[in-house]
Amino acid sequence: MTAVRSTSVEGGGGRRAGMSATTTTAVPATAPKAPQAKRGRLSYPVLLLIFAGALLAVCAVRAITGAQDVTSSGQISGMLQMAVPIGLAGLAGLWSERAGVVNIGLEGMMILGTFFGAWAGWQTNPWIGLVAGILGGMLGGLLHAVATVTFGVDHIVSGVAITLLAQGTTQYLAKRWFNTGHAAALGGNPKQSPPIKSVPSITVPGLSDSLLTIEHHHWFLVSDLAGILGGLVTGLSYFTVLAALLFAATFFVLWRTAFGLRLRSCGEAPIAAESLGVNVYFYKYAAVVLSGGLAGFGGAFLAMVPSHIYNEGQTGGRGYIGLAAMIFGNWRPGGLAMGAGLFGYTDSLQLRSGGPAAHALLLLLVILLVLLAARKVYRKSYRQGVLSAAFAALLLVWFLMTDTIPNEFVSATPYVATLLVLALSAQRLRMPKADGKPYRKGQGK
Amino acid sequence: MHALVGENGAGKSTLMKILYGMQKPDEGTIAIDGEQVTFHHPGDAIARGVGMVHQHFMLADNLTVLENVVLGSEKLHGIGAKARTKILEISDSYGLGIRPDVLVENLGVADRQRVEILKVLYRGARTLILDEPTAVLVPQEVDALFDNLRGLKAEGLTVIFISHKLGEVLSVADEITVIRRGTTVGSADPKTTTTKQLAELMVGSELPSPETRESTVTDVPMLTVGGLRLTAPDADGVERMVLDDIAFTIHKGEVLGLAGVEGNGQAELVEAIMGMRDADAGIITLDGADISHAPTRKRRENGIGYVPEDRHRHGLLLEAPLWENRILGHVTEEPNSKGALLDNAAARRDTERIVAEYDVRTPGIDVTAASLSGGNQQKLIVGREMSHRPKLLIAAHPTRGVDVGAQAQIWDQIREARREGLAVLLISADLDELIGLSDTLRVMYRGRLVADADPATITPEELGSAMTGASSGRLEHVATDADAAPDADGGEER
Amino acid sequence: MKKIDKERLLLGIAAPVLALLAAFVVTSLVLLATGKQPFDAFQIMGSYGVKSDSQVYILNKATTYYLAGLAVAVGFRMNLFNIGVDGQYRLAAFAAAVVGGMVNLPGILELPLIIIVAMLVGAMWAGLAGLLKVGRGVSEVIATIMLNAIATAIISYLLQPGRLAHLDANTNSVHTTVLPKSGWFFTFTTNPAAGPIEGFIVVAALAGVAYWFVLSRTRFGFDLRTVGQSESAAQASGVNVKRMIVTSMLVSGACAGLVGMPTLLNESHQYATDFPAGIGFTGIAIALLGRNNPGGIAVGALLWAFLDRTSNWLEFNGYDKEIVGVMQGVIVLSVVVAYELVRRYGLGRQQRRVGEQLAAAARNTAKQEQEAAI
Repeated sequence: MTAVRSTSVEGGGGRRAGMSATTTTAVPATAPKAPQAKRGRLSYPVLLLIFAGALLAVCAVRAITGAQDVTSSGQISGMLQMAVPIGLAGLAGLWSERAGVVNIGLEGMMILGTFFGAWAGWQTNPWIGLVAGILGGMLGGLLHAVATVTFGVDHIVSGVAITLLAQGTTQYLAKRWFNTGHAAALGGNPKQSPPIKSVPSITVPGLSDSLLTIEHHHWFLVSDLAGILGGLVTGLSYFTVLAALLFAATFFVLWRTAFGLRLRSCGEAPIAAESLGVNVYFYKYAAVVLSGGLAGFGGAFLAMVPSHIYNEGQTGGRGYIGLAAMIFGNWRPGGLAMGAGLFGYTDSLQLRSGGPAAHALLLLLVILLVLLAARKVYRKSYRQGVLSAAFAALLLVWFLMTDTIPNEFVSATPYVATLLVLALSAQRLRMPKADGKPYRKGQGK
Repeated sequence: MHALVGENGAGKSTLMKILYGMQKPDEGTIAIDGEQVTFHHPGDAIARGVGMVHQHFMLADNLTVLENVVLGSEKLHGIGAKARTKILEISDSYGLGIRPDVLVENLGVADRQRVEILKVLYRGARTLILDEPTAVLVPQEVDALFDNLRGLKAEGLTVIFISHKLGEVLSVADEITVIRRGTTVGSADPKTTTTKQLAELMVGSELPSPETRESTVTDVPMLTVGGLRLTAPDADGVERMVLDDIAFTIHKGEVLGLAGVEGNGQAELVEAIMGMRDADAGIITLDGADISHAPTRKRRENGIGYVPEDRHRHGLLLEAPLWENRILGHVTEEPNSKGALLDNAAARRDTERIVAEYDVRTPGIDVTAASLSGGNQQKLIVGREMSHRPKLLIAAHPTRGVDVGAQAQIWDQIREARREGLAVLLISADLDELIGLSDTLRVMYRGRLVADADPATITPEELGSAMTGASSGRLEHVATDADAAPDADGGEER
Repeated sequence: MKKIDKERLLLGIAAPVLALLAAFVVTSLVLLATGKQPFDAFQIMGSYGVKSDSQVYILNKATTYYLAGLAVAVGFRMNLFNIGVDGQYRLAAFAAAVVGGMVNLPGILELPLIIIVAMLVGAMWAGLAGLLKVGRGVSEVIATIMLNAIATAIISYLLQPGRLAHLDANTNSVHTTVLPKSGWFFTFTTNPAAGPIEGFIVVAALAGVAYWFVLSRTRFGFDLRTVGQSESAAQASGVNVKRMIVTSMLVSGACAGLVGMPTLLNESHQYATDFPAGIGFTGIAIALLGRNNPGGIAVGALLWAFLDRTSNWLEFNGYDKEIVGVMQGVIVLSVVVAYELVRRYGLGRQQRRVGEQLAAAARNTAKQEQEAAI
């Protein structure tokens, strides 16, 4: 007995309850875990199969409904044009959030990109415009970094403030710079810039035409493939190619280099990173400024590729949609690209007044929901299965009763899709662990 | 192997952080291998071969073991195949058993600690600092850790070991330095020193003990839990059983101690009793009333007091003044409110009373809770909970991160409450505290109550073996002469 | 304690003052950089802003802004970002205009009907985001942004001739049926040149008082603030956090429903394509500026209305009125930075002071003990 009593002085537990990055009890709901390292990621063959299946379903829908625009080259190249700015915004969000800074100021940074891109673009050429747009976005990113990293302001508050500031500033400068002198003479006004020269683009000679011919035959699958391919190779702007390269580069840098590892560690466990000699502030700054640059690229793209002028309100919330695409893609470049493609597709539908095509896609949605319902029933979650089936039935009725979808609804599709995707999968998504959390140097002490 | 001992808040961790370059000293020098050095940030320390295993692990859950290890030292062997080879090489030579491509979130506590040690070795450290390495381990894991450390020592590495567990220190250290209130108060030779001498050196006076003298257990059941089951989805969305057929009774005047390695369902059990989680099956009865599905507020009103494990997350509003913290959790009760309206004046008066009665050291009740020390925060929480005359007190790690003085007061208050007929559910990782305060002991393992024991006779080692699942059922102490005189009789449960 | 309170007040005022100063400096620099006289501009704004017609305009405009600020602030107190006030108030005003246009009841019924419809629709739209958050774990930030865009789509679909609107042949604008006279809110007449003060200001003031009272004097308010400060502590203290999230989103949305009412009931009496948009975002700025405090929000709303009003006069004087947008942006950004700095400074100072006082107390007792020992 005495032995026990005398050691009781050790009591008191040496652990401080405060900042504990590893207190296991903090997350009781997830306490026991299956040892699967690659949870939630599909292997390439499975991914390819899903793609093939989706393609077949789309072809079938086109063939059944006769809505040729579903896979027309025009629709696909429109999708690409709309997807790039969204994808770039998402990529911007990805960089920032991987380093632990939520960037809802993307919208503002895109606005800066459209403005400065157009401002430098109309006076010189699109390439210098692009550089200016990127720099403009980076300026916004720098402000966000100063506010959130140095001053510890709530990330969302700062983002909203930066968007407001970007709106105010560009409106003022647009009036000063586009509504005077030479610019005004060339057609500029307080809400528009003078026109910018076209961004050079690639059209593979011969290939595009022959693909177009095949497409017009409306053969099952063949024409669809021709349309999709044609859309991808016809009038492909250099900016688009650059954006695609940036996606690959992002993956490489973030997941295959020491710089990327450090940057990601700042978003997962900044205190741990600090304890290993990583300068967390530096990586956060780098990430947020780069993020601003990418958003600026997205803005400049909007001002120079789909149109040739700066237009007030041109971004139209694409910064937010980009963020949604990033969440949709589970904070990974591949998933983000798919999300951006999806949103770009609906955007393009709306621009092309694609009521009938959207209507045809209702059928696709019905097919998907039926599949989902079957899967749920197979997995024995009957309630969700029945719910999916009921939705499918409702949509089918809608599909059969009408023959077009109002354009307003088409325009709302990306937003509804985002909400649905988030509602169905938010619990499976894995955001960086320290995302949006304030970090102070030395707070782990 | 050099041990640094001192009580909580004596400055051990601060000293180590200075050695590791995380904080800057105002004055003084550090010499390594006879050479004077100054560290501006951890990178400098790493470059000089100093490595630290932090008390709270510094690991990123969502990165792999490999990524966690190479982070910050990518220049050594890159971040790919070469690094993997190197990690396996180190792991093999010290018997650490590391799997480089597993996500850290899938590892247990002992494995995480080995990753931390490997991180340090990977950087070529010759001096290892371990801050309270045994605090999170059960005795068996502690032994394995000490084996690893002896292996390192044999390789010629220096190990600095911070602890306040004197038994461990004496068994493993070659040299001991004692610090108190930020200064070195002495050094000791583990071969000739006893724990008692060391302890007195550490605190500067005789130490308090959590011992409970006389039994106050009655046969009136206060809390009865029967057939409690709880499932929760894990990260993959798979439902898992976290509480499985839990049944126990706490009587008036009884302290039931719950032992178990963290993450075995204790936190979930507390949350189920508090109503923060709704159990899937089972009945919870408080003083004869069925509260199985009552909301948390109702349970609190009915007389459950709660001293949470993590007071910053569950017990306080850090940026709110003390008097608002006094309202927290009891907003519907006297004196905090009348009807739907708050009674701020009465709440403030009562806060003044708590501050005085429970010796909360504060300049006033308008300062924020964050500005108090851990011990004073805890005294405020205990005072608040006791002010509502609870029938049942749930105390989860009530003295964690609390200085020795406050610890003794909190123990006194639990004893006092028990004398007045309170039922107490005590959860603690500190086995001595558990054994010293409890009338009955239960051991929880993987969501089940697997063993029970008599605190009068059981030893921490025996309890520890049940905590790892090695033994179950009624734990009987193998009597030795030292245990001959039981001075506290436990409440009889079975 | 009194001393601390005074200092706290000083610290509280320090942030907005700092922010305004920063805004002045930045705006001056921008004006100078674009070749304009800054001080002249400020003087123009100042003298024009105090004219009686300006004052009436500012009060009327501030009424709308104040309600928007309150709606956002309710969420902020819960640590919820209701970025969707914008969509909520537009959808609510549209629905209220449609319902109000369809029925013609006596004023005592017509007005409450319109207002209640607006509050319900606003609450419903915000509640959707709340339900998505508690039920499916969707961040309210993303959800409300999406709902804003969806609200825009719904309104533009329904606001078309043949659906719920008519085409005005004279102005070529599309609008809902004009409200019957019984659905017009009363006004206070001032001098004829200045125009009337809108009666809805009374409702706004009442809303402000209710906001203050509920939050700081009731159990419900305490629970709500608790969730805002620490969700985990709130849950442990017995608050049903999920229900609280939905409830506060409903309250925030209902408040957002009121935002369009001054315009609808006192000015336009119909919902047309030119119904003011974007006030939800102004509300965010104002709530940030006023630090979720009902008095502070009022000051912020007045300031914003003042800036709006005087921007027009700047245009007459050869300045670009858009400079006010720059000013507003700078104010918001610098005010959030300033609040954070002041908060951190205050906390650090308090911790230091507590440490000092306790150390002094400890020294005293130690001394007494020593003396006693001697």
